[in-house]
Amino acid sequence: MTDIEKEAARIAEQGESAPRLARDPVNLPMINNWLEAIGDKHPGYTEVAPPAMVQVWTMPGLHGRRAPDDPLGQMMAILDEAGYTSVVATNSDQTYHRYLKVGEHLSMATSLEDVTGPKRTGLGEGWFVTTRSTWYVGDEPVAEMRFRVLKYRPAQKPEPVAETPEAQPIRPSVNRDTEYFWEGCRQNELRIQRCGGCGLLRHPPGPMCPECGATKPKYLVSDGLGVVYSYVVHHHPAVPGKRTPFVIALVELDEGVRMLGELDGEPAIGQRVEVVFTKVDDELTMPSWRPRADR
Amino acid sequence: MNAAIAGIGATDFSKNSGRSELQLAAEAARAALTDAGLEPSDVDGLVTFTMDTNAEVAVARELGIPELTFFSRVHYGGGAACATVQQAAMAVETGMAEVVVCYRAFNERSGHRFGQVQTAAAANIDNSWSYPMGLGTPAAMVAMFARRYMHEYGATSEDFGRVAVVDRKHAATNPDAWFHGRPITLDDHQASRWIAEPLRLLDCCQESDGAVALVVTSAERARDLPNKPAVISAAAQGSGRDQFTMTSYYRDDLTGLPEMGVVARGLWRRSGIGPSDVDVAVLYDHFTPFVLVQLEELGFCGKGEAKDFVASGALELDGALPLNPHGGQLGEAYLHGMNGIAEAVRQVRGTAVNQVADVEHVLVTAGTGVPTSGLVLGQG
Repeated sequence: MTDIEKEAARIAEQGESAPRLARDPVNLPMINNWLEAIGDKHPGYTEVAPPAMVQVWTMPGLHGRRAPDDPLGQMMAILDEAGYTSVVATNSDQTYHRYLKVGEHLSMATSLEDVTGPKRTGLGEGWFVTTRSTWYVGDEPVAEMRFRVLKYRPAQKPEPVAETPEAQPIRPSVNRDTEYFWEGCRQNELRIQRCGGCGLLRHPPGPMCPECGATKPKYLVSDGLGVVYSYVVHHHPAVPGKRTPFVIALVELDEGVRMLGELDGEPAIGQRVEVVFTKVDDELTMPSWRPRADR
Repeated sequence: MNAAIAGIGATDFSKNSGRSELQLAAEAARAALTDAGLEPSDVDGLVTFTMDTNAEVAVARELGIPELTFFSRVHYGGGAACATVQQAAMAVETGMAEVVVCYRAFNERSGHRFGQVQTAAAANIDNSWSYPMGLGTPAAMVAMFARRYMHEYGATSEDFGRVAVVDRKHAATNPDAWFHGRPITLDDHQASRWIAEPLRLLDCCQESDGAVALVVTSAERARDLPNKPAVISAAAQGSGRDQFTMTSYYRDDLTGLPEMGVVARGLWRRSGIGPSDVDVAVLYDHFTPFVLVQLEELGFCGKGEAKDFVASGALELDGALPLNPHGGQLGEAYLHGMNGIAEAVRQVRGTAVNQVADVEHVLVTAGTGVPTSGLVLGQG
């Protein structure tokens, strides 16, 4: 349970806040103002108030303050503290038990019903806070409301676009002779060309076997293990898609062919390595090396 | 061979030429023709690198060369340098042309810099095994060889550094060199920052703007021209087994440059001389480790012994094998090897600023780690 959830449980435990008495009794001038503002021309609201204006009666006014035991106020303070500083009301469901008559004096009490999160939303990460309020005339509950807000941490504005966008890594060009290799990488297989005629292993590959002249290249899947035959630590100049310095190793695979790749680790000739595949996008997966402790 | 280099020309070597690559090419070519005592109307052949941006016809238009009967380009970056002269010599010997200008012009510092990652190069299928893995600069590609070479032979960063110190020492007394008056010590080398470990900044050649042009014609015709001809005793190209461009990492071992071995065998066989007959060596020096490997492939010392050969002082102007008296590409300028050929011609003529005494044979190499080429130039 997170700290926020613990605090929520504690506040929920307190139950309903002390009733808050409305500033004025239900009265005709306020009813008329409200009808006018809403544009409701129904002639019937002379003795009773429109049910939908129930919240109006207990609003705290321009300079009003939340009571210290108000559960929503307490929960907002905790979420503010945790960095969820923004708020937006998401939904409000009201239930009216009966019409309120002019002259009745309302009070309202609120309890914390539910706090859920953190949720990822379009506005940012946040918590949904649900309260339940009940309006009373004396001890009689006359209306209820379930009210939900999203209290959220505003998402970071995207960084302004850099003047020179970070260069994309250099992509291989691929043709009929080399497609099998890159297809293998996509499947996390390190493929070595093997002549369909004489079995010669060859990397980099080509369409015609220099040993027997066959033009039916096949491949085997390498175990992806080898040793560093030589290496370079590249410092300058900048290389698109790479952060300098970085290591490029020429690895002699156990199958006998050599292959270049970036090495993530301290380089040394003779260092044992294994292949790692990194997906760049749907089209391209790059093989690289990482040190291995064995053997 | 019955061909010679009769003229050399160059622009200034700078970091910002302030003019187009075509203008640089035209200026160098015109200077080379003037040096040869020839007119543009004498030219009927042009050769350059496939990497050069200046079309042969564009250069011909600027110079006012009326007709071309031979034009050719050589691939593989700096490996093309000596091969442009080979192409020209073959054209002259076979009668395809009489006067051929070889040129290379670029704004390699102020414009397109080879030292940066060439993202577009990843379109080459061979580069798909290196560039996407982060190996995308010439320095890093050489560093992969260098690390293995150190491991096999016990060579150190200091051993590489001694090559840079020699080049910069020679450049310091060459007024045309970018690093004129600015020699370095081995401590300077060791204090320079890492570029691609084990290569430091001072293991790497410059990036330069400029152009060099060479005029090739028959040895007979060259003898009638104002300057002493540098006769092409031998020219050779070489590509090795399982060759890649800069990333031949899949051969049995990484400590050699087999393609340079192919060039060496061709040069010694055709010229009739051997390593001990070489008076000056202009070795391609884009990165110091490959100078050591070349010394071994060319037979100046045994495998793994280059570090001791270099430490012995052999590469000094008064040493057993004076290296890059102009300062090389680390010291003078990076002109894709063409400035080294011009220096070889000056050494044969006896007109170099750091002239070695009694020069009979000069060896020049072009491009390392790539299919490459070489020349032996000598006295007529």
